[in-house]
Amino acid sequence: MSSFHEVVQKQESVILSGWLSEVATTTRRADLMSDSQFKQQATELLRLFTEASQTSGHVSSEAFSGARDFLKDLARSRMNDGYTAAETAMFVLSLKQPVANALRDAYKNDPARLVDEIWTAGTVLDKLAMLTVDAAIEFREQVITRQQEEMLELSTPVVKLWDGILALPLIGTLDSARTQVVMESLLSTIVETNSRVAIIDITGVPTVDTLVAQHLIKTITAARLMGADCYLSGIRPAIAQTIVHLGIDLADITTKAKLSDAFALALTRLGKTVVSLKSIKTGRQEKAVDNFAQTKDT
Amino acid sequence: MDRIPILKVGDCLLVTIQVDMHDRLAMTLQEDLTNQIARHASKGVLIDISSLEIVDSFIGRMLANIASMSRVLDAQTVLTGMQPAVAITLVELGMTLPGIRTALNVERGLELLREHIEQQQGSVDLDEDDAAEV
Repeated sequence: MSSFHEVVQKQESVILSGWLSEVATTTRRADLMSDSQFKQQATELLRLFTEASQTSGHVSSEAFSGARDFLKDLARSRMNDGYTAAETAMFVLSLKQPVANALRDAYKNDPARLVDEIWTAGTVLDKLAMLTVDAAIEFREQVITRQQEEMLELSTPVVKLWDGILALPLIGTLDSARTQVVMESLLSTIVETNSRVAIIDITGVPTVDTLVAQHLIKTITAARLMGADCYLSGIRPAIAQTIVHLGIDLADITTKAKLSDAFALALTRLGKTVVSLKSIKTGRQEKAVDNFAQTKDT
Repeated sequence: MDRIPILKVGDCLLVTIQVDMHDRLAMTLQEDLTNQIARHASKGVLIDISSLEIVDSFIGRMLANIASMSRVLDAQTVLTGMQPAVAITLVELGMTLPGIRTALNVERGLELLREHIEQQQGSVDLDEDDAAEV
């Protein structure tokens, strides 16, 4: 059992002021945190550290749980405020210097003891600093996971182009997980909207390999099984070349170069067409003229 | 033993599967259906599976078989109302049912069958006209 905690406890105010001045010269970010808030955090951490090291020298032990939780929260909130993981770790590590100073004064006459105590205190502080890095990474991981989930939902919108015509503009790389979401959302929307035609547009898909093609074919086949026609559009020339080079067979699938072509085909399939207003008007006029002629005859 | 009822609607036969299909039931349906097609000389068969939520490869193959058998007996099969989950399962099982026509609902399925029957009769009429001209 080491006794550096006694020294630390005795010299607490000295260490604290030493620490604050140490941090002020190295990693202090005045733009992100006020002095009082900073001092409060430092005092709290030093208190927890002193308390814990009275009963145990191991960071993973029960005694340090308070300090651990405090550091995790600290790392998290600092991450939110815009600190880097290194800055937070440095904040903890910069405590080493004032502690070492205090120990040096206490064990002036016993060099061997001095080295031991500095070493023990140093190890504990190193581990505490690593904790903050771990917490910061964990926090980042959580953010990444959440964003991935959000992207998955964002990136698969099924839009209704016309009564009975759906379009699914795909953007980004397709993998198995995403294709599953795409497939499910497309098929359920087909049922909901009672659509007879669905167009999958892959203009935004950067690469098509055999796996992606396989996924697309599966989706299209599933839509066909449900009784909806499914067209593939937005195939860029480079992708057309890749598909042929890879030997992917898209013979059973209706493919179009552009979404507009596929939409035109879908309209035809539903027995509809787009005409210009002008032609309708002239048509009406002719009809009116005919009617007029007829009434005149009678 | 329970059976799946087969309804005759004009030229077509209507089958709605509303219970979970087990293998014996599927075999019975296959047998009954072929008998009915032969007896009524039906031109179309509509199978509605909108209540079917679980399929396996056996049911998938049975559906494909029914379609093939009907075709031999000169009847077009239309499968209607397949659930998304069922469609995904069948595709994952590698059963794409190439010979079967599909429709979203019974209404649209009957429309398809009617079109098909009219087309067939139309072509027959044309043939007769040609023969008369000669």
